[in-house]
Amino acid sequence: MREITYAEAINEVMCQEIEANEDVFILGEDIGIYGGAFGLTRGMIEKLGPEKVLNTPISEQAITGVAIGAALMGMRPILELQFSDFVTVAMDQIVNQAAKIRYMYGGKGKVPIVIRTPGGSGAGFAAQHSQSLEAWMAHIPGLKVVQPSTAYDAKGLFRAALEDDNPVIFYEHKLLYGMKDDVPEESYVIPLGKADIKREGKDVTVVATSIMVHRALQAAEELEKEGISVEVIDPRTLVPLDIETIVESVKKTGRAVVVYEAVQRGGYGAEIASVINEGEAFDYLDAPVVRLGGKAVPIPYNPTLEKKAVPQVEDIINAIKSTVVTYA
Amino acid sequence: MKKWFDKESLKQISLYEKGVSHMKTSTVGSLQKLGKERLKDLLYQMILIRNFEEAVEKQFMQGKIHGTMHLCIGQEPTAVGACAVLTNEDKITSTHRGHGHCIAKGSEVKYMMAELLGKETGYCKGKGGSMHIADLEIGNIGANGIVAGGLPLGCGAALTSKKKDLGFVVVCFFGDGATNEGAFHESVNIASAWKLPVIFFCENNQYGMSSSIKEMTNIENLADRASSYGIPGVTIDGTDVIAVMEETQKALDRAKNGEGPTLIEAKTYRWRGHSKSDARKYRTRDEEHDWMTNRDGIKLFKERLLNEGIITSEEIVEVEEKVKKVLDEAIEFAENSPEPSLSSLEEDVFA
Ligand SMILES: Cc1ncc(C[n+]2csc(CCOP(=O)(O)OP(=O)(O)O)c2C)c(N)n1
Ligand SMILES: [Mg+2]
Repeated sequence: MREITYAEAINEVMCQEIEANEDVFILGEDIGIYGGAFGLTRGMIEKLGPEKVLNTPISEQAITGVAIGAALMGMRPILELQFSDFVTVAMDQIVNQAAKIRYMYGGKGKVPIVIRTPGGSGAGFAAQHSQSLEAWMAHIPGLKVVQPSTAYDAKGLFRAALEDDNPVIFYEHKLLYGMKDDVPEESYVIPLGKADIKREGKDVTVVATSIMVHRALQAAEELEKEGISVEVIDPRTLVPLDIETIVESVKKTGRAVVVYEAVQRGGYGAEIASVINEGEAFDYLDAPVVRLGGKAVPIPYNPTLEKKAVPQVEDIINAIKSTVVTYA
Repeated sequence: MKKWFDKESLKQISLYEKGVSHMKTSTVGSLQKLGKERLKDLLYQMILIRNFEEAVEKQFMQGKIHGTMHLCIGQEPTAVGACAVLTNEDKITSTHRGHGHCIAKGSEVKYMMAELLGKETGYCKGKGGSMHIADLEIGNIGANGIVAGGLPLGCGAALTSKKKDLGFVVVCFFGDGATNEGAFHESVNIASAWKLPVIFFCENNQYGMSSSIKEMTNIENLADRASSYGIPGVTIDGTDVIAVMEETQKALDRAKNGEGPTLIEAKTYRWRGHSKSDARKYRTRDEEHDWMTNRDGIKLFKERLLNEGIITSEEIVEVEEKVKKVLDEAIEFAENSPEPSLSSLEEDVFA
């Protein structure tokens, strides 16, 4: 199979879907000839034309609302929000409008939009361009939240997001854009709400999201040398969450570590930890569930501090050991 | 760094006649009134900004600067002209493209360079970086990573000035692209309704990232937006540092007299790409060439100073040498400064 990057996979599926469905189009800032801030829409305006690729003014609130309004009229817009931090500017339209319209109207109307947006730190963009705010979205009934960690997943999940009749926030990660993976050329669907076991193991379950999936896999490899067998689960979508796969894994291993980049306090990892504690996995737990998230600080600019603000492989290894060794 | 003239002498600057185009340019005879030392300082500031940006670019290319940066090369006259009429009590809010504003307001380049290298001695202890340099002591409320994010803050600062009768004025810098954000419109309206001492200073460099402002709005001059908020709006030649000073002075007087805000639009051009990686496909090399050769604010100012016999070419060389020395020292200072301690990661966050 061909290897392409995470960014190329998303570009490819967007082109395929826009060509296949006349109601699909994309709008966003600098997505025309510039090809998007991270190059995700490179070549699209040339190939699909300005009717399908709408380069917008710097008006997040308006462009988000435009996407929602068009969706309500039967279109299926893709909105590129240049950095996920800018949801703050678009929040009313996402939270008060898109998420609630169908329910408030008694089941009338639907809002099939996909908001694609890069989150995460590690690129040196500092406090206002490096956040991981997915927990805000996951908290809102009516929004689905997707966080792919590989190019393969991104392509399949994107199509599922686009085919969904609800608003979906599709969180990409800046550090994953260049990561390569085997990706089929033809379009395919990975259903929302289906976790993926990225590595099988028997001693401890690590539930990790986005970039943390890769760090958890590295940690698992290291720990294998020490005789600790780690299972790594990527939920892939936070809403809906595949509780069953997580619970089944914890029943097998008896231990769980939840790893995420967002600020640990109030992050989505707390939800995952609760799901494990509240369900039938509880009886199988040999140790308390461990959460490992980012420090409660804005992301600093200095590269050393920036790394220290969010979990690194070393931190994951320590968190895993704390549950496996302490509660041996 | 101190300012180079007092407010008294500024009052002598005559207000303009209308320029040849609708774009306001500086008045004839305005140079003589300012006096040689001040003019030399304007030139110094502009060259310092340009050379600082060139040094930053070089550091970036050498991999010493992390993340991204937005250079203001080509836009020196707007920052320098606008800040030239302010005192240390007056405030500015700046943007992602804020190095020029910072220097013009009086910040020291060595602490700026240290910040860009992420060092402990930087203006933000290495935690803010290029997009967040702030120097509250000299009235720089801060650069901003959010387009139009500084305008509401500027209004709040101005409200304080008004409520407590502090007499300071706030200049909010922002780009052409920022005028399409709700935060711009809401801020201008509130400042107008409350007659806040604010100057909304739009550096219209023709593009917001890749988008030509001509395609993003349906008006010729962004200053026209002022009329819908009931405030004066003026479009000026942003390559003419003296015109920028004169018009900012008028807006400053208006604000100080309690008459409220003014919207100034200065037409200018960013010579470099938007940020570190920009192939500049959205504009032509000819257009760039035209601005860089025919509308270089520094070159034009030098020529004017020479033509009017105010300064000699030897004196210009002296200014350039002074800049070089200051920058060399700044780079040395920044490079030799320590990294922030790891424990600083969790400092300065209240909750
Ligand atoms: C709310 C928000 N939207 C988008 C961006 C991304 N962005 C940063 S600068 C920029 C262009 C701004 O254009 P303009 O206001 O004209 O300023 P210039 O860069 O030309 O100085 C964009 C789109 C941002 N930082 N904040
Ligand atoms: Mg601009």
